[in-house]
Amino acid sequence: MQKLLLSILLGMGLTQTVHADMEDDPLLTMFVMDRFEVLDNSENTRVWEGSFWIGYDLNKLYLYSDGEATADGLETSQNELVYSRAIAPFWDAQIGLVYDKNADASRTWGEVAISGLAPYYFETRVALLFNAEGNIGLRLDAEYEILFTQKLILTPSLEADFYTKDDPKMSLGSGLSNIEAGLRLRYEIRREFAPYIGITWEKTFGNTRDFNPIDETNFLVGVRFWF
Amino acid sequence: MKRRTFVKGLAATSLFALAGTDSEARSTRRNINNSNILTGNEFFLEIGYTPVNLTGSNAVATTVNGQIAGPTLVWQEGETVTLHVTNRLKKSSSIHWHGIILPPAMDGVPGISFDGIAPGETFTYRFKVHQHGTYWYHSHSGFQEQTGVYGAIVIKPKKSEPFRFDKDYVVLLSDWSDEKPTAIYKKLKQMSDYYNFSQRTIGTFIDEVKKKGLGKAFNDRKMWNQMRMNDGDISDITGYTYTFLMNGQAPAAQFKALFKKGEKIRLRFVNAAAMTFFDVRIPGLKMTVVAADGNHVKPVSIEEFRIGVAETYDVIVQPRSNRAYAIFAQSIDRSGYALGSLTPDGHALAKAPRMDPIPKLTMVDMGMDMGAMSKKGDSAMKCSSGMKMPNKKTMKKYKFQAMENQKYPITKLPMARGVQTTMMAMSPKYRLDDPGVGLRNSSRKILTYADLKNRYSTRRHRKPDREIVLHLTGNMERYMWSINGIKYADAKPLQFHYGERLRITFINDTMMNHPMHLHGMWSDLETGDDNHLVRKHTIIVQPGSKISYRVTVDAKGAWAYHCHLLYHMAGMFRKVVVA
Repeated sequence: MQKLLLSILLGMGLTQTVHADMEDDPLLTMFVMDRFEVLDNSENTRVWEGSFWIGYDLNKLYLYSDGEATADGLETSQNELVYSRAIAPFWDAQIGLVYDKNADASRTWGEVAISGLAPYYFETRVALLFNAEGNIGLRLDAEYEILFTQKLILTPSLEADFYTKDDPKMSLGSGLSNIEAGLRLRYEIRREFAPYIGITWEKTFGNTRDFNPIDETNFLVGVRFWF
Repeated sequence: MKRRTFVKGLAATSLFALAGTDSEARSTRRNINNSNILTGNEFFLEIGYTPVNLTGSNAVATTVNGQIAGPTLVWQEGETVTLHVTNRLKKSSSIHWHGIILPPAMDGVPGISFDGIAPGETFTYRFKVHQHGTYWYHSHSGFQEQTGVYGAIVIKPKKSEPFRFDKDYVVLLSDWSDEKPTAIYKKLKQMSDYYNFSQRTIGTFIDEVKKKGLGKAFNDRKMWNQMRMNDGDISDITGYTYTFLMNGQAPAAQFKALFKKGEKIRLRFVNAAAMTFFDVRIPGLKMTVVAADGNHVKPVSIEEFRIGVAETYDVIVQPRSNRAYAIFAQSIDRSGYALGSLTPDGHALAKAPRMDPIPKLTMVDMGMDMGAMSKKGDSAMKCSSGMKMPNKKTMKKYKFQAMENQKYPITKLPMARGVQTTMMAMSPKYRLDDPGVGLRNSSRKILTYADLKNRYSTRRHRKPDREIVLHLTGNMERYMWSINGIKYADAKPLQFHYGERLRITFINDTMMNHPMHLHGMWSDLETGDDNHLVRKHTIIVQPGSKISYRVTVDAKGAWAYHCHLLYHMAGMFRKVVVA
């Protein structure tokens, strides 16, 4: 996988000249499983949200994946492959493809996004999607960290999705489609490894609500890790 | 097993023998009392891998003659020294003689002075020694300095020095990690605050609310958070991974220096750390600073000094009682310390005093104009009022106005404000009398650059012909460092004209101290008295501040010019061409 990505990267002409004796901008990777959790509901829904990047200071290739599964198997997932370029001290512009999947159908989108650190340390991502059916989507993510101690960290998060068209097969309705708010309290045993507990609230709105009525609050337990 | 092991012990001994060290003829008036000392004018040094155990875990160091720190080299002013450096590593290596004035080909910077020393090869350095004092050497290749390739240089003077001392010790400070430097660098790029465990928490906020009230505490936080700046960002790499060493000894092992009551002891402090600034004191003793970066200064009596990476200070102390004194060097972020003992008998060991509280950066460190703020209550950066003001004295009368008023023709240099920079000092000031973050409200007498005066007159030094201004820039979030917003890989060399007297002004647009080191030529620091410019090789540029020094451009060739924080160096670097 890494090799494949590297060759893609090379193909994109992203490699940079290596400086004489100390590489100030080496090719690096990072894998982050930000959420890897089980919900306390009747299906014991398993949720993941992770990312992987390979690249340099200013140019990276990102792979995002998040989704949920139940004991019956995969339910839904959203997967993205984007090229990410630093355009401002705290912000990256991204362009790439999104592949959404549920039990019955799948959709491929084109995507442009802005990702970075907003003032007040809000980790933010705004993505604009468009697909062959003429649907346009807007997906917003924001996350914040509150330190109780150096290792005990509370993370409120908020996600909201909007679409311009109904897509019954994907259970998406036009307008505000869904909101998900979370609160996760993790303890960093090491920076790289932190078990957590939390609570999420998810609700669907408008036409989405007709396709897929959700309004639930769940406790959860999970683990966050990266390398 | 607490002490390091020397598998190369045998090899090292034979090398010593070959080098003809300890020759009685050379041990002049005063002996250097440390062990691991090589004296003479021909040296055989071998860079190799050595298993060490400095932390309780085994690790492999890169060393000179199998030792951490490498042997202290004792030279004689006026002599020509020959140094045969053999590289036993699997990678290219080098030795740079830090602060030594020498021909460019002998300077030891791969890619600038020479090609480096290939594995298995020996490179012979040969140059005449034109100076005396305390200096050091280190690898200029990759991260080898972090993993142990460093040692002290002591150059004995031709003429006797204008101060007296009975004993003479090198006190070399450094930082060690069992982690590989490339792994550390990777972590910093992935998560730049990885090693910072003194960040603001709910607890510290509640404490502040209690102290200042909710409104003020909130406003203080607001500005930092708005700018995405962390006022606890003192050191990139901390005691979380570092063990701080004194002459290669961890605090538990303690370096020991012997004294007899009433004797004057000269301590030659060298900061050979990769990333750590130290605040040094010897509780119970005043220190008289007699030299900075190898050069004599007017003696100044102090209780504590901050030593930036790559700086050296010579101090004289006179213990009056028959007890052990702690040589205590706490890291600038208070995440740990190096410790040794001045001991009358070698058995009595001193206890470490308590570390000072963890410092917080202030508006001063952001380069805000405190004068303007106090008037308008609001600064150019739209921050709310209510940040702690520095002491009133400095605000009333700006001590360094004379330096501000000096005007020389400025040569414009390329500048980029983009992804590379997250901050700009709005109103950078000369802060030579500022002891720096964490030392500002100390009851102890702290050395500042304003206290440093050349022991000898510099009245006849030429006035500068021109000036250049260099901004130290960085993006802490992405862990990128640069000069004028342009990293080394993208920068053109700086052109210095042979024969000119150049004034260099640094403006620090970051929240971090950067020790700037110009190779090949002296940096004559303006500290408020142009008749006594301080001769240094490494200059600390405090966060948000400005500082100026003068360089007599008298060395043709290509030279390195860079921040001496090892993990900043690759970006915050310039090649200087003197023609």
